[in-house]
Amino acid sequence: MGKVKGYVVVNTDRCKGCNLCVVSCPTDTLDLQPREVNDRGYHYAYMKSPDDCIGCANCGFVCPEGCITVYRKKRV
Amino acid sequence: MNPSDIVSPENLVYRKPELMNDNHMHYCPGCSHGVVHKVIAEVIKELGLQEKCIGVAPVGCAVFAYKYLDIDWQEAAHGRAPALATAIKRLLPDRMVFTYQGDGDLAAIGTAETIHAANRGENIAIIFINNAIYGMTGGQMAPTTLSKMVTSTSPDGRDVQTMGGPLKILDMLALLDGVCLATRVSVHTAAAVKKTRRMVKLAFENAMAGKGTSIVEVVSTCNAGWKMTPAAANDWMVENMFPVYPIGDLKNI
Repeated sequence: MGKVKGYVVVNTDRCKGCNLCVVSCPTDTLDLQPREVNDRGYHYAYMKSPDDCIGCANCGFVCPEGCITVYRKKRV
Repeated sequence: MNPSDIVSPENLVYRKPELMNDNHMHYCPGCSHGVVHKVIAEVIKELGLQEKCIGVAPVGCAVFAYKYLDIDWQEAAHGRAPALATAIKRLLPDRMVFTYQGDGDLAAIGTAETIHAANRGENIAIIFINNAIYGMTGGQMAPTTLSKMVTSTSPDGRDVQTMGGPLKILDMLALLDGVCLATRVSVHTAAAVKKTRRMVKLAFENAMAGKGTSIVEVVSTCNAGWKMTPAAANDWMVENMFPVYPIGDLKNI
């Protein structure tokens, strides 16, 4: 268990399901929704395993749509 | 720890830049343009230039850049962005003027304007998106297309004997005395995005300091034009584009 815990909020309306955040994630936290789609028909990104997130924000940096917001907090 | 404990403003690490508005972008999923837009928005905010900067949008996929970033924009005729930026900068010398151009705009129809603006050492920044293809019109061969690369107008691959080789326009511009910064970056990883942010910031600072023309070439992908997934396009870029367009500074004075 790491010392920091992160959380990713995805703007699902804006996400185009390009998969770049999933590829960039070092802890394999993110994935694309296998079935659900947003209003535009894209399989948007979601946190598959929220406990693994370390809040590194790699997903946010590489997201072309700017639909990812990253939070990080130290574990107490 | 519950998500509600973590999701609060004091724990914020990364979010969409304030200068990027909520309009849906028309770019294909995974397009590098979106990342570069974010980088520009972040740098302008960081330098506090939102009231003082004027962008010049090109003709190409980024033609609607003015819809996505809340700064002043001017739309140029195809390839003529450096000429328009020259006029704006000379009339309003206290503004930070930058152009945002693709390879079809800067390295094909606008070659003359680009080279002469750089040769005059106009105090503008040029952001050059090089994806080796005409993305907007359907993936035709551009001057920057790699040799043997298959496009819709070179279905057997680009033949260097009859079609010429990839045009390294940044190398040409770096030779000119008016150019103070000529650098090549990319946006395929988080580290590369941070490097790009540093170079775009330096280019904007140079433009304000009157040091000359700064050119930042972003080697990027066009996954729709290349007929690949976004992740595969990034790998293809690393494997095939970087040997021809090596990342790094060509000139930084």
